[in-house]
Amino acid sequence: MSRKKTAEEYEKTFAFRFFRWLSGEKDPYIGNVEMQPQKKYEPDHEAALRREKEHDAIMDKVYDTGHNRWLHLFHRLYQTTSVLFCLFLIALLLVTVSYLPANGTVTRPVNNEVSARYIEKGLEETGAVNIVAGMILDYRAFDTLGESHVLFVATITVLILLRLNKTEKDEAEVSDRRFEPKNDAILQVVATFLVPVIIIFGIYIILNGHLGPGGGFSGGAVIGAGLVLYLNAFGFKKTERFFTEKTYKWVCFFSLSFYCLAKSYSFYTGANHLHSVIPKGTPGAILSSGLILPLNIAVGLVVACTIYAFYAMFRKGGF
Amino acid sequence: MTAFQIILMGLLIICAVSVSFSKNLLNAILIYMSFSLVMSMLWICLESPDLAITEAAVGAGITSVLFFVTLKKIHAIDASDPEAKEEKENE
Repeated sequence: MSRKKTAEEYEKTFAFRFFRWLSGEKDPYIGNVEMQPQKKYEPDHEAALRREKEHDAIMDKVYDTGHNRWLHLFHRLYQTTSVLFCLFLIALLLVTVSYLPANGTVTRPVNNEVSARYIEKGLEETGAVNIVAGMILDYRAFDTLGESHVLFVATITVLILLRLNKTEKDEAEVSDRRFEPKNDAILQVVATFLVPVIIIFGIYIILNGHLGPGGGFSGGAVIGAGLVLYLNAFGFKKTERFFTEKTYKWVCFFSLSFYCLAKSYSFYTGANHLHSVIPKGTPGAILSSGLILPLNIAVGLVVACTIYAFYAMFRKGGF
Repeated sequence: MTAFQIILMGLLIICAVSVSFSKNLLNAILIYMSFSLVMSMLWICLESPDLAITEAAVGAGITSVLFFVTLKKIHAIDASDPEAKEEKENE
């Protein structure tokens, strides 16, 4: 054995200690760390019996099945009914699945004539270059109306959960500013440049919803993000000059009711085969495609206000 | 499917798994943000720019900002910041 180091020197090296630890010859904590020896496990029969008795006593008191025959019967009925209900549900779902169209048949939803019609006649019937916008705001505008209302209901729910009264609101504002009493200069300078750009980009997305990718929802979200950045940089005092609860209330009210009225008109004319007075315009122009542009604006306003309201209510329970 | 898309899908899976394994809540939110960003790139690859814009604005922007505010409200961010903790103790 040709070792360069002697045995004593080798014992001091890291490698020796590491391999000794790896092979499990020595626990590195013994002698270095104060340790309490582990107790040997001893099953405590008395305590276990006592616990069992207590459990039985509680069960006897609560569900007196020995004396109350009706309760006993009810338990049996409950169990059998739950099993039967499960079986019924499984059978129902399996039967429903068996009624689905088989793979590869003509009647499958993939071969639906609706999608072909959307692609072929979408431009002609809606006037929107962007087929998606034509679909969600013309053919299926009813869905989008529901989505806008879902947002509105969500805001109301958050309002119910997080809203504070006047004195609590002031306290919340003070505690909100505790760690950052002054406005951040870097954030303010960055926001001065970024906020106008973000909001103009959002407006562009909304107004171009029928010409290119985008639309009310995404544009509204971008504008909402810009407003949140503005609020973070300059505080509630500046935003309260133009956005309060009243603003939110009226903007949502007018947007949603405009949406309802506009779509009611087009549903009414469409269902009765009347000629709609709203001009389609030339496809590709900014003022074209009938109702899609104003509807996009309405949806965008609702979404932007909702996002700002969410943020404000999360931060200080009101706006 | 191009190589770029496969890389993005791999990133997506890594993000999704690491969100659930992250102990720090702040890190989890940041990873969730990157998940949304990768997802919005994937939407562009799948030729649906409408969804990509919405995903980037809502998923990466608004949702995570709301998460941040919530963390601040429940004092989950302060605990990891030693300076803020000291300040709190001094009060």
